[in-house]
Amino acid sequence: MKKFKFPMRYVPISATILVFFIVYLIGIISFENFGSPKVFLDLFVDNAYLGIAAIGTALVILTGGIDLSVGSIIAFTSILIAKMIATGSNALVAIALALVIGILFGMLQGWLIHCFSLPPFLVTLAGMFFIRGCGFIVSEESIGIKNDPVFNFIQNDLTIKLGKGMNLRFIVIVYIVVLLAAIFFSQRTRSGRSIYAIGDNELAATLMGIPVGRTKIMTYTIAGFCSALAGVVYAVYLKAGNPLNCVGLEMDAIAAVVIGGTLLTGGVGYVFGSLFGVLVLGLIQTLIVFDGRINSWWTRIIVGLLVLAFIFMQNLITKISKSKSKSQ
Amino acid sequence: MNKSSNKFRHLVWPLVSLALLLLFNAIFTDNFFKIEVKKQDSAQAVQSTAVPDDLPGAAGTAAAQAAAEEVEAAKQTVKESAGQQAVPEKKDDKGVSIFGYYLYGTPIDILNQGSKVMVLAIGMTLVIATGGIDISVGAVMAIAGAIAALLISMLDAGNCIGAGMGPAWYWIIPVAAALVLSTLAGFWNGMLVAGFGIQPMVATLVLMVAGRGVAQLITDGQIITFDNPGLVFLCNGHALFLPFSVWIVVAMYVIAGLLTRKTAFGLFIESVGNNERASRYAGIEARRIKWLTYVICGFCAGVAGLLAASNIKCADSNNAGLYLELDAILATVIGGTSMAGGRFFLSGSLVGAILIQTLTTTMYMKNVSPAIVQVPKAMVVIIVCLLQSPVFRAKVLSVFASKAAKGGVQ
Repeated sequence: MKKFKFPMRYVPISATILVFFIVYLIGIISFENFGSPKVFLDLFVDNAYLGIAAIGTALVILTGGIDLSVGSIIAFTSILIAKMIATGSNALVAIALALVIGILFGMLQGWLIHCFSLPPFLVTLAGMFFIRGCGFIVSEESIGIKNDPVFNFIQNDLTIKLGKGMNLRFIVIVYIVVLLAAIFFSQRTRSGRSIYAIGDNELAATLMGIPVGRTKIMTYTIAGFCSALAGVVYAVYLKAGNPLNCVGLEMDAIAAVVIGGTLLTGGVGYVFGSLFGVLVLGLIQTLIVFDGRINSWWTRIIVGLLVLAFIFMQNLITKISKSKSKSQ
Repeated sequence: MNKSSNKFRHLVWPLVSLALLLLFNAIFTDNFFKIEVKKQDSAQAVQSTAVPDDLPGAAGTAAAQAAAEEVEAAKQTVKESAGQQAVPEKKDDKGVSIFGYYLYGTPIDILNQGSKVMVLAIGMTLVIATGGIDISVGAVMAIAGAIAALLISMLDAGNCIGAGMGPAWYWIIPVAAALVLSTLAGFWNGMLVAGFGIQPMVATLVLMVAGRGVAQLITDGQIITFDNPGLVFLCNGHALFLPFSVWIVVAMYVIAGLLTRKTAFGLFIESVGNNERASRYAGIEARRIKWLTYVICGFCAGVAGLLAASNIKCADSNNAGLYLELDAILATVIGGTSMAGGRFFLSGSLVGAILIQTLTTTMYMKNVSPAIVQVPKAMVVIIVCLLQSPVFRAKVLSVFASKAAKGGVQ
């Protein structure tokens, strides 16, 4: 007789969603206005760029790699766009150029990692230094984006008004669209499945005839694109560019992916989980802002502890499923 | 290559790069190798009058670099703390000097500024040799600096045990506390990696994320400045003609070298890094070895944190040791230690650290902005990694081989 069993692979992501709702409940119980839809919406607005960056990071981690260049690419693209607009270029050209640079940079990293079998950690680390330095070459100072027609259009006309003073800003729509596309890509396409296969066992994937090199380079390219897009969103969100922005954001993105239930060794997890990972990070920050008494650096400690808890859970699950497969 | 040179083979590429860099400096930088024997006072005169941007080569270059470092640190401090705390100004260096004389010049300065990464690289090399990695050392540095600065300020105010020892001696307490705390941090990392079997990168990520928060809790979000002579001496004082920090590096290198090459410990590390299971079957306590390397790495991070705090005479939880974990890993990899584990070269890591610092200093002396220095640094890293990558070598070699075959030679 077959009993219904909750599949093991859904446990981490369910735990993430559970954590999200628990934190949200704590917020609602503790603070009067925490439950208002505006707070929930702001969660998306404030973390859209992190969410987009986390999508790329999630895909790279699923292949068993890592991308540390995320924060730097965001800083670079935001300052590049701001500088180009300040010097009189069309904003659309600036955004397109930023995205192309992100794609090319991701591709270059993927190529170095795959073709010379260099450790992803080192290559993207060098990439992080490189692209942040490039940001400083563009401008060492923060540049504001003022009165640009394209940015005003995005700000005013592309915002969907939900009434009651709530606005669904365009950057949130971008995030959701990219997220849905990434979920579809990772679950329903051949390349997406190749990513899982490579992350699980690269040698086996090679022997099965999966185009390992192409898939890996493609994944890093997508990650570069996501980071650049996150930079564009960041520029729209802040209406400014600053080469000093987002130092260490790659670690937030990695933390969001881990909290989202993805195994850092690759092959296990869902892009969808990164959404809840990001939301949990955002919620903790919002809670601390709401409280006002707690020092903001508790955020880092709590995030660290959450990461730890999820790592332990993953470890436990891996061990259980291993012992199960042995006993069968 | 014959067998006797195999022992130093790993040092070839880093040394060649370093030599090229030094050659570049010898040609294009005036007085790069000029080392003077200075009395304490005259050197201070040069340092305190140094202005980072408009200095022409000559005697002030080293001071310019030091000043540039300070300016950079100060810049970051301003941005991060925004009115929280007074920016540590460049004070008169009252570095105590035994014998009253010391060597002074750019190469010496490179050694002094590079001491932090060198110390970190020693610990990192051992961890990487077991096939692990420790990305939390920057955060541990921040914790060590924070606890030392907090304790020294408490001691200065007189409300801490040991204040009776007087300022000349009570700096030992914060130093000891910082080292104990950082060793505990290493113990924690080791527990996660060796005790619970979590992947090293993930396990140390926890402390990397949380560590800076802990450091800020310790300092209550403030930047604590101090001017205790003992603590300041660590990175600004001189002994036996050289900066004291260089002697710290030498001492730690000798101890680590003796520990790994004169006892079985080094062999155990390599065997664990090569094949953990096999070495366990061979009767080696693989777990304990791994655990120990993380503890050592934590201790090294503590020393580096003290040096960093001592250098700028303050503990800045946000910026102390920021990205230094990456520098340490780079130094290790440049030095020929394989990221996969099983093979390590302490001397190579030191050369790697010096290479990184020489590159940075060269850039500063060419008036490159500190922020842009990262670009050439990244390129050097990639080039060195490519040179050491077996795949790259094979590809380049095959190109040469096919050319040679076409030419009919061999």
